[in-house]
Amino acid sequence: MGMTMTQKILADHAGLESVKAGQLIKAKLDMVLGNDVTTPVAIKEFKAAGFDKVFDKDKVSIVLDHFTPNKDIKSAEHCKMCREFAGDKDVTNFYDVGEMGVEHALLPEKGLVAPGEVIIGADSHTCTYGAVGAFSTGVGSTDMAAGMATGEAWFKVPSALKFNLTGKPAKWISGKDVILHIIGMIGVDGALYKSMEFGGDGLKYLSIDDRLTMANMAIEAGGKNGIFEVDDVTKAYLDERVDREYKIYTADSDAQYDAVYDIDLSALKPTVAFPHLPENTKTIDEVGEVKLDQCVIGSCTNGRLEDLEKAAEIFKGKHVAKNVRAIIIPATQKIYREAMKEGLFDIFMDAGCVISTPTCGPCLGGHMGILAKGERAISTSNRNFVGRMGHPESEVYLASPVVAAASAIKGYICGPDEI
Amino acid sequence: MNAKGKVHKYLDNVDTDVIIPARYLNSSEPSELAAHCMEDIDKDFVNNVEQGDIMVARNNFGCGSSREHAPIAIKASGIGCVIAATFARIFYRNAINIGLPIMECPEAAENINDGDEVEVDFDTGIIKDITTGKEFKAEPFPEFIKEIINKNGLMNSLN
Repeated sequence: MGMTMTQKILADHAGLESVKAGQLIKAKLDMVLGNDVTTPVAIKEFKAAGFDKVFDKDKVSIVLDHFTPNKDIKSAEHCKMCREFAGDKDVTNFYDVGEMGVEHALLPEKGLVAPGEVIIGADSHTCTYGAVGAFSTGVGSTDMAAGMATGEAWFKVPSALKFNLTGKPAKWISGKDVILHIIGMIGVDGALYKSMEFGGDGLKYLSIDDRLTMANMAIEAGGKNGIFEVDDVTKAYLDERVDREYKIYTADSDAQYDAVYDIDLSALKPTVAFPHLPENTKTIDEVGEVKLDQCVIGSCTNGRLEDLEKAAEIFKGKHVAKNVRAIIIPATQKIYREAMKEGLFDIFMDAGCVISTPTCGPCLGGHMGILAKGERAISTSNRNFVGRMGHPESEVYLASPVVAAASAIKGYICGPDEI
Repeated sequence: MNAKGKVHKYLDNVDTDVIIPARYLNSSEPSELAAHCMEDIDKDFVNNVEQGDIMVARNNFGCGSSREHAPIAIKASGIGCVIAATFARIFYRNAINIGLPIMECPEAAENINDGDEVEVDFDTGIIKDITTGKEFKAEPFPEFIKEIINKNGLMNSLN
């Protein structure tokens, strides 16, 4: 029986000819990632189990991105613990304030993830790297500790859902609309324990930034990983970043899928997820009147250069509505600098937006944009759970950067065509 | 090994943000995390929970963030076992890795009520609702996972 793309990567990393869905395997890891929230717990486990060195100092990444620049004393203590551990273990890929970015924007940008690799990260959005054809998945701190110690992790081989993308998306449709549409269709546990494999003729219309956004949100459908076929778009992106050899995997023609979905990209409309689950989606013509207090454009989902460029197209010459706070968070230092050089900061500031240093910050209700009781935000991030961005009685609406920007200008949720 | 206690029942898609809100993730101390467990959907949980109690929920329990602080908070609050119809996969791994007993059993998740007295036998997978007299059987863990549980967590199983 044929294997899916994910199954072939896992089989190779387990040293097996073939694997099948449901099989438990131990696989070799190409990268183990943690952040300032999850790494401290991993460090405690690592030390308690008596390990004194990491399996490969080049294959561990620690990124201080969640509560940084340190939001309070406790966060500062956590970051200090990570910094000391990284120094002590000589971790090559340690990113502190000044170099850091939001982890899932930073690792692909630095070329630390490549096709065919197996990556675990103590952060649920580690599934992002499937955009470049890697198997990557989120785990907890103990898995991170074990991964750092041994270079291996156990996995149950997932079955898969196949998403066959066709057609050319309309002007303002981005990867965010595609993935929100899919989550709305299959639900927040629609891909539970499974791979989401993306391919088809429509792929060529999706940039790497679109694909990173889509793979990033595979977890919001319960998926173990999201993975894209590797094409010329991927190769062009990697050529500028990755100089080590990598292997491109393709699914067998007789691979088994639990379901195959055909998605016509040309039929999609701007899509918004209403509180309090990413599956509560409505197309822009169905949203009704939803007044806003805040707009956040950033995060590991949509804080990349293309996202900021598109938002700037909407904000140019316009101003955010009275009583709306618009917060722009470039995801990495490189993105920050490029956006600044391109003149996007002038556009944002003229429009009344504030621009933050890279941080996960408000996405998880950490800092830099917390909501009060009863307040509503539109955000380009990935979750709108109860209390996600602040008070348990606040609300988060998820959308693409152009919808978020247009909505900030109008003060209520609307599509870019209204601007 | 057994667990026996009063049931705290929840519904579908209980996410890790409500199990332990991110505003408390500047700590990794189990007791501090337990003090805020479930507070955004059940303010009374921390006052009502007693050592050995059982948490029951429906589909996709523990969805969202990979924060291991979520099963740590539940375990430190005194919960002896979580029963759900399905678990989100990262939560499932984390619970096993830190030694919080969990059981997948859709029938139990459907039929057990809030406040019922329930007894769980981890070896046989038998779940008894003492209040209603109903009995359910959970899917047994694969051997590989049983080994991690028997060694009291992933890190111990590596040595």
